[in-house]
Amino acid sequence: MTTQTAKKPRYLADSPRFLAGLFMSPTIIYIVALVGFPFALAIIYAFTDITTGDPSLEFVGLDTIKAVWNDTVFRRALGNTFWFAVISNLFVVILATGLAELLTRDFKGKWFVRFLVLLPWVAPVSLATLTWLWTLDSVFSPIDWLLRQVGLIDQNMYWLGRPSLAFISVVAVQVWRIAPLAAVIVMAGMMAIPKDVHDAVEVDGAGPWRRLFEINIPLLAPIIAVAVLFGVILSMADMSVIYVLTRGGPTHRTQVLSTWAYFKGIEGGALGQGAAVALFLFPVLVGLTAVILRLARRREVL
Amino acid sequence: MALLEVRGLRKEFGDVVAVDGVDIKSEEGEFLVLLGPSGCGKTTLLRMIAGLEHPTEGQILLGGEDVTDLPPRARQIAMVFQSYALYPHMTVARNIAFPLKAQGVDGPERDEKVKWAAGLFGIEHLLHRRPRQLSGGERQRVALARAIVREPSVFLLDEPLSNLDAKLRAAARDDLMGFQRRIGITSVYVTHDQVEAMGMGDRIAVMRDGKIRQMGTPEEVYHHPADTFVAQFIGSPPMNLLDWGDYILGFRPEHFLPEGVQDGGDRVPFDFFVNRIEYLGSERYLYGFIPGHEETKVIAMLPATVTVPLEEQRQHRFSVASDQLRFFDKDGGQKIPPQTIQA
Ligand SMILES: Nc1ncnc2c1ncn2[C@@H]1O[C@H](COP(=O)(O)OP(=O)(O)OP(=O)(O)O)[C@@H](O)[C@H]1O
Ligand SMILES: [Mg+2]
Repeated sequence: MTTQTAKKPRYLADSPRFLAGLFMSPTIIYIVALVGFPFALAIIYAFTDITTGDPSLEFVGLDTIKAVWNDTVFRRALGNTFWFAVISNLFVVILATGLAELLTRDFKGKWFVRFLVLLPWVAPVSLATLTWLWTLDSVFSPIDWLLRQVGLIDQNMYWLGRPSLAFISVVAVQVWRIAPLAAVIVMAGMMAIPKDVHDAVEVDGAGPWRRLFEINIPLLAPIIAVAVLFGVILSMADMSVIYVLTRGGPTHRTQVLSTWAYFKGIEGGALGQGAAVALFLFPVLVGLTAVILRLARRREVL
Repeated sequence: MALLEVRGLRKEFGDVVAVDGVDIKSEEGEFLVLLGPSGCGKTTLLRMIAGLEHPTEGQILLGGEDVTDLPPRARQIAMVFQSYALYPHMTVARNIAFPLKAQGVDGPERDEKVKWAAGLFGIEHLLHRRPRQLSGGERQRVALARAIVREPSVFLLDEPLSNLDAKLRAAARDDLMGFQRRIGITSVYVTHDQVEAMGMGDRIAVMRDGKIRQMGTPEEVYHHPADTFVAQFIGSPPMNLLDWGDYILGFRPEHFLPEGVQDGGDRVPFDFFVNRIEYLGSERYLYGFIPGHEETKVIAMLPATVTVPLEEQRQHRFSVASDQLRFFDKDGGQKIPPQTIQA
């Protein structure tokens, strides 16, 4: 037999296995070095009593985790994290759907408005949040000034100084920060709805509300869900807004798990406890990610 | 008073003039077909009538009332789209009920009407399915039912059969005609298929480059085309057109017969050099030219009942009844009165 049934690739570059390995390697190295390694370290730390003052690894079993769990600040942060994510994303959905609905309409200057909407997303988060820090300043807040001029308030509001007001403020800034991303995701979904369908809606005599609630929202539900999940993950894992605005205060009213992990572990030096706090989020984030992936796959083909 | 009237309608998209001064008057119950090549502005015209596109100029009247500035929902018009545009997340029943809901028709009355519309198109058994669980033909019926359910005064159809295969198309055409006759609803039907247009239209408006070139019954546009474009666009194979000195001479392939097949009447003889013969069972196509006009291909179409022996690569004696000859202006190609002809 001289004929070959399965031909061997002649060059290394023809081998799918070699190419697959080659092209995957940067991603794999990146993930292992920047995600996998710190993550493994965090898990190890959570079972030790390591601090910056005493960086020896002594395993203490569940002691560190128990200590973290019994901390009242941790309990508050856990609740805050939940409400922070839920409330801000509730507003994000409404805002994003509204914006997407508006921005897919034809009007003059559409591109400029789209650009403005995206701006909070492209601006560096710390810079943007610093602007908010000034906007909500206890003495110089322009919002206070405006309200005083209109005659709605006599004294300053202390936006970030009063517990409930501080919570409302960080939620508002968080909404401002993630709504553009959600709006763009929903907008992309909206534009994927065939033009004929929207024309049919018009000819069939439906008004804008019926179009929104009976056509667009049901058709976009999977996309909106993806946008929400991104928003929730971002609200739980990213601490920049709260860190810059309130540092978790006043009286831990805006303390969330991500900030608490940072203050405990990095600023407070209790590396083990910080790692344990951060790990509490892990199962939640994994669950949410799994839901996203499922939704993305289930997205109905129009 | 015409039920649907369009006056001097014009639509520009930037530099493109999609519709260029169209006038239409359609009577109650008429089936009007807009026929023309791709890109001639049929869809744009239809969308303006529906209210989905605002005309650059001109007026649209429904039952004598100017609706040019009214949104689609304020016009009593239904439209069937080429893609059917069914709502993918709704069942067939909810699809059909949607226009009724939008009109505020509720409860048993709505169910009644949905059943009635589904019954018209024989799709009662599909009511609980979703569009993606339907075949192309079934989707088309759902689209028709959804359009008809609120009993509009005008029914617009944009190439509703073009997504169906040939066999289904013939059946659907038949259904659609039967339905239109029964309901007697004024319809405007867009197509670029001249066979469809000839078979379905009470009247045909032949369009080109945004203008209506001719409007008339199928007989009129077929036998008395207003210009050379209509003459060539309608009929398959198209009308033979020959440069005949001061004018253009035209005759249909089926009127171009061998000498002796048809006697009597006033006939004009031609020599016909036959290049090639095609047998198609029910008829024979002869391709060739008339000596002295070698540059123009001429086609003769003989029914199978004509059994005169004819040979390829030979000159034969043919003739056309003189009342079947058509004459067109050399520049512009407009129809002109009959001329005396020396063959
Ligand atoms: N929204 C639009 N913007 C710009 N040009 C357009 C638009 N809609 C249509 N046109 C142009 O107007 C002309 C007429 O288009 P239209 O869709 O009415 O043609 P049609 O007769 O329906 O063709 P077809 O048989 O291919 O569907 C075309 O040249 C097209 O490119
Ligand atoms: Mg079209």
